[in-house]
Amino acid sequence: MSELLHRYAHARAGDKGDRLSIGVFVYQDTHYPWLIEQLSESSVAALFEHRGVSHVTRYLLPHLNGMNLVLDDALQGGVNGALNLDGHGKTLSALLLSKHVTPPPA
Amino acid sequence: MTVVVGCGAGFSGDRTDAARPLVDALMSYDAPRALMFETLGERTLAAAQLRRIKDPDSGDEPLLEEFLSPVLSDCLANHITILGNFGAANPTAACRRIQQLAQRLGHSQACLATIHGDDVRDRLHALDWQAWEGEKRSISALEQVVAANVYLGADALIEAMAQGAQVVITGRVADPSLALAPLCYYHNWAGDDWDKLAAGALAGHLIECGTQVTGGYFADPGVKEVPGMASLGYPLVEVERNGRLVVTKPPGTGGLVTEQTVKEQLLYEIHNPSAYITPDVVIDLEHVRVRQLAKDRVEVTGVRGKPAPDRLKTTVSFLDGYQGEAEISYAGPNAFARANLARETLRQRLALRCPANLRARFDLIGISSVFDGDSQLTAQTLQDAANDIRLRLAVEHADKSVVELATQELLALYCCGPAGGGGVRRHHTQRLKTASYLVPRQQVVPTVTLHRGEGNE
Repeated sequence: MSELLHRYAHARAGDKGDRLSIGVFVYQDTHYPWLIEQLSESSVAALFEHRGVSHVTRYLLPHLNGMNLVLDDALQGGVNGALNLDGHGKTLSALLLSKHVTPPPA
Repeated sequence: MTVVVGCGAGFSGDRTDAARPLVDALMSYDAPRALMFETLGERTLAAAQLRRIKDPDSGDEPLLEEFLSPVLSDCLANHITILGNFGAANPTAACRRIQQLAQRLGHSQACLATIHGDDVRDRLHALDWQAWEGEKRSISALEQVVAANVYLGADALIEAMAQGAQVVITGRVADPSLALAPLCYYHNWAGDDWDKLAAGALAGHLIECGTQVTGGYFADPGVKEVPGMASLGYPLVEVERNGRLVVTKPPGTGGLVTEQTVKEQLLYEIHNPSAYITPDVVIDLEHVRVRQLAKDRVEVTGVRGKPAPDRLKTTVSFLDGYQGEAEISYAGPNAFARANLARETLRQRLALRCPANLRARFDLIGISSVFDGDSQLTAQTLQDAANDIRLRLAVEHADKSVVELATQELLALYCCGPAGGGGVRRHHTQRLKTASYLVPRQQVVPTVTLHRGEGNE
């Protein structure tokens, strides 16, 4: 069975230049180890591959039950360079949360 | 002792009636307090520089009076220091407008300060540059540079407060420095007390985007509910001398302050959480914890600081060609097929009529407007569900006439495109791009200019 990450986590996207960062947090603290399994650097890179992402770095923040994902070259030029309507990438937290995941163990 | 800082704007287009409830709340505190306005992004500063090039008296924040007129009088009368980067590309022009506003409100003796030194465009080739880590363009390769602004720290702002400034008007300073300055000034923190400076800069980081920590950019109905979206309270942060900080908002306002809203903002626009670089201190968030103390009160602890960086980040803005956008709608039965046909027709026309180096992107709004890459073909899976679709073309080229020709091809779809296409809009702009570099701190000299009373500088 597959569900969307949106059900288990919330996220916020921010930009600096052509670099996108997304903070991701689980709603339930017990789901944090599961989140780490679901969002590897390579799986996040695959989700954003069509945007031309060159590198993904994941920073874990266990005290916050969250992580920071930093995606290089995700914004196709960034706020002052992109042809995309959303040059900031502000909507891309929702792209991450649309990732199909295996539900966490009950 | 506690010092309280509120944030009345988190970006240039923010709600202009936000500061009133904040100032009411600030006036109720028996503590030193300040009000910051953060209205300057990479994009807004570049646009402000272009306005100043066209008109030397322009280039400051266009909504200055709207932001300040509801609260300036009470702030001046109640020792609530105002700090804002609403000087943008022209702090002197902003100062003049605020002086005039203060006079109209009966405060002709108000003491204002402008901070200068961030604008290094005239010295660009005399400075020792390094590329910022995410930057691929060499600074020497940039042509048509219209602006170069260094992110200044809190030092000059603290100096302005020490000289008696009631309103501190800056151009480019790091956003958190607008809050850190009054915190340093009132708490008398040492310039190398890194943990305290980190706490103060973090306090600024948490409130610098206005409601993003109090329920803005957060609501997701059914999952993350936010009450009172039309009257969101803007944030206040209470910071003790030991660095303990609490985020809250004015009573009676909408929105909410929870561990979730604070955590989302904590990491906002941060890369390595162990080394968030500001001009004043490098912030280490690795051990930060958040704790809900009461309704709309969240405590943040555990932040650590490391010495300030040797180099300061600088945003360089340069003109680089033209962008055009044009859109047309197709709705009703078979809308997707008609919109898709319009897109393919337009693609063929651009190949026929425009140079090969035209950069172009096609969106089918209603199916995909933002998630796709420039070369991605829109997912076909939703085509049956969508029956109101807007074809969007975005193009970029060095030559304005090529951009106009490309969008004119979309306009021509009125007559030459599929059945029932309508509602065309076209828009052209000169492209203003930004790049980031690092300059040695000692090559940048911030200065304070006091403006006291009528025309007396």
